[in-house]
Amino acid sequence: MAKMKGAIEVNTERCKGCSLCILACPQKVIALANKVNLHGYPYVEAVREEACIGCASCGIVCPDGCITVYRKKVEE
Amino acid sequence: MEKEVVLMKGNEAIAHAAIRCGCDGYFGYPITPQSEVIETLAELKPWETTGMQVVQAESELASIYMVYGAAGAGKRAMTSSSSPGIALMQEGITYMAGAEVPGVFVNVQRGGPGLGTIQPSQGDYFQATRGGGNGDYKVIVLAPNSVQEMADFVDLAFELAFKYRNPAMILSDGVIGQMMEKVVLPPQKPRRTDEEVIRECPWASTGKPKGGRERVVITSLELKPEIMEQRNNALQAKYRQIEENEVRYEQQLMDDAEYAIVAFGSAARLSEKAIEIARQEGIKVGLFRPITLFPFPTRQIAALAESKKGILVVEINAGQMVQDVRLAVNGRIPVEQFGRLGGIVPEPEEIVEALRNSILTKA
Amino acid sequence: MDRNQIVQPENIVCKKPTLMNDNNMHYCPGCSHGVVHKLIAEVIEEMGMEDKAVGVSPVGCAVFAYNYIDIDWQEAAHGRAPALATGIKRCWPDRLVFTYQGDGDLACIGTCETIHALNRGENIVIIFVNNAIYGMTGGQMAPTTLIGQKTSTCPYGRDPQLHGYPLKMADIAAQLEGTCYVTRQSVESVASILKAKKALRKAFEASMAGKGSSLVEFVSTCNSGWKLTPAKANEWMKENMFPFYPKGDLKDTTSDK
Repeated sequence: MAKMKGAIEVNTERCKGCSLCILACPQKVIALANKVNLHGYPYVEAVREEACIGCASCGIVCPDGCITVYRKKVEE
Repeated sequence: MEKEVVLMKGNEAIAHAAIRCGCDGYFGYPITPQSEVIETLAELKPWETTGMQVVQAESELASIYMVYGAAGAGKRAMTSSSSPGIALMQEGITYMAGAEVPGVFVNVQRGGPGLGTIQPSQGDYFQATRGGGNGDYKVIVLAPNSVQEMADFVDLAFELAFKYRNPAMILSDGVIGQMMEKVVLPPQKPRRTDEEVIRECPWASTGKPKGGRERVVITSLELKPEIMEQRNNALQAKYRQIEENEVRYEQQLMDDAEYAIVAFGSAARLSEKAIEIARQEGIKVGLFRPITLFPFPTRQIAALAESKKGILVVEINAGQMVQDVRLAVNGRIPVEQFGRLGGIVPEPEEIVEALRNSILTKA
Repeated sequence: MDRNQIVQPENIVCKKPTLMNDNNMHYCPGCSHGVVHKLIAEVIEEMGMEDKAVGVSPVGCAVFAYNYIDIDWQEAAHGRAPALATGIKRCWPDRLVFTYQGDGDLACIGTCETIHALNRGENIVIIFVNNAIYGMTGGQMAPTTLIGQKTSTCPYGRDPQLHGYPLKMADIAAQLEGTCYVTRQSVESVASILKAKKALRKAFEASMAGKGSSLVEFVSTCNSGWKLTPAKANEWMKENMFPFYPKGDLKDTTSDK
């Protein structure tokens, strides 16, 4: 089975820290950062991006469309 | 279709004129005394000839909002009703005024208040000109006094509505709606094509072209007070423009008149007869008939104070337009009002008697 | 493989739909509205109907839907969106016309317009975001509030003796001759979101094919009104809303005729 490697980009100014992406991620990639954006919302960031498989669960459940998900097949 | 002279009811004339002026959609609900409008349209089946849509809506509320939707998308859309139904439509009308949507609607007035009576009245003058809905707004109001004007004012209402992006109403009543007269129906104007609508109404929600203009939002909502004030000021400026450019009225036998009757709609027709009787008795009275109730012919009525001794306002209500006449005259000459209530239509002789007992004694 | 090899435009598998603009949405963190907006934007884009779509927004939290999806919109008075949509679609039959309404808008003040537009079989899609509460005005009882559920106007819980029963609009809609597709969906998990998107697409396509009216209900959360975290609100919805408003297609005649 081909292995996938993923990466995410979070639009931190759009994020409201609802944390639904954290719950959706099967790989525990995402966590709330210890910072807030200009709107006063804490936002999320990838803390274990090496574990990301690019399944896009985070991007799909995000109510604000903050997350761009990338996925690339690992060539053996 | 060329010009034809036919005999028909005022309500029927509205229907025929709507088809002929290229109306795109009529959305209405039955109510006496104007159900002939939708009945005539249903019989004529314009959706098979011009493509005009005719929908019997589930209520007057739904009707006015169907008009809002279609007119907000740039189409010529209209409805008709009578006083209690127009009361239901007030929210939709203020929304149209706020969102600058050119919907057209006809009120064939009946006696009120409330469910009232099915007999005619002119009791909705305040509702039409002061706005039964919320906020500072005006509706363009045309007051026909004949079946011919019922036919002519449909196209005029649409022209004015689209010229100013403002709702426009035809304020008729049960007398004119139900009476039969000869009418020259206007020739058929083709409905505008979709491309023409898009070109002429770039403000309308017709679908945002790819790579084209910004999206259109038809809305009356604005939460920022500074911007809302600007929007309101712009509306007020528009109303001043309408007042400057669109006043319409008619005068009869005013050149040598010492007294004036000011009346609109069917009251003006009755007053014509009353004036004939009065003149036979030697009373020199003439008729000033406002045709637009908004914009009101304030300047022209104010000018009457220079040459007339008194004004009798004849209107089939408890005294509504008389307020606007008094404002215009500003106390310089006596202004009295005569009307009947409860759906009773006065006789011309009653008007003459009122003239004798009020203005002639006071002036 | 380093990150730069992965983060390349050709490797994007998920992003904010292009039809959704850059305005930050005003909805509360975790609100279902955001996900439904995304689906609408994606489906319209995938159908290539950006220049033919006209949306009608409600009175409710989604009153500003017109600020977020880059198509033409009309703002309706409370409950009247199906009437506006009727006027628009009748006069512009080749446009994709849909309403977007909450439970107060659709099932309370607008019940008449909802039922009649659906019953007439207008070729429109009515999108119904049902979160059993009036969110915008501060969390009052809605016609779809569950028995026992607490809101600001039934603080001791909805009591049928005082407040009557919750209304199942989708069930009513499925009985009407004019509807071709009536479905209940949700957007709290990846699986449900993917199913919901298919349902929305089916409804939009049916309206363009002249099959009649569609009602797409999204059983949703209101974490602010329910006074729960977004995650707990999803749990509460699954435990309480799903049994009463079961998901799935209640009617589908889109393959007929």
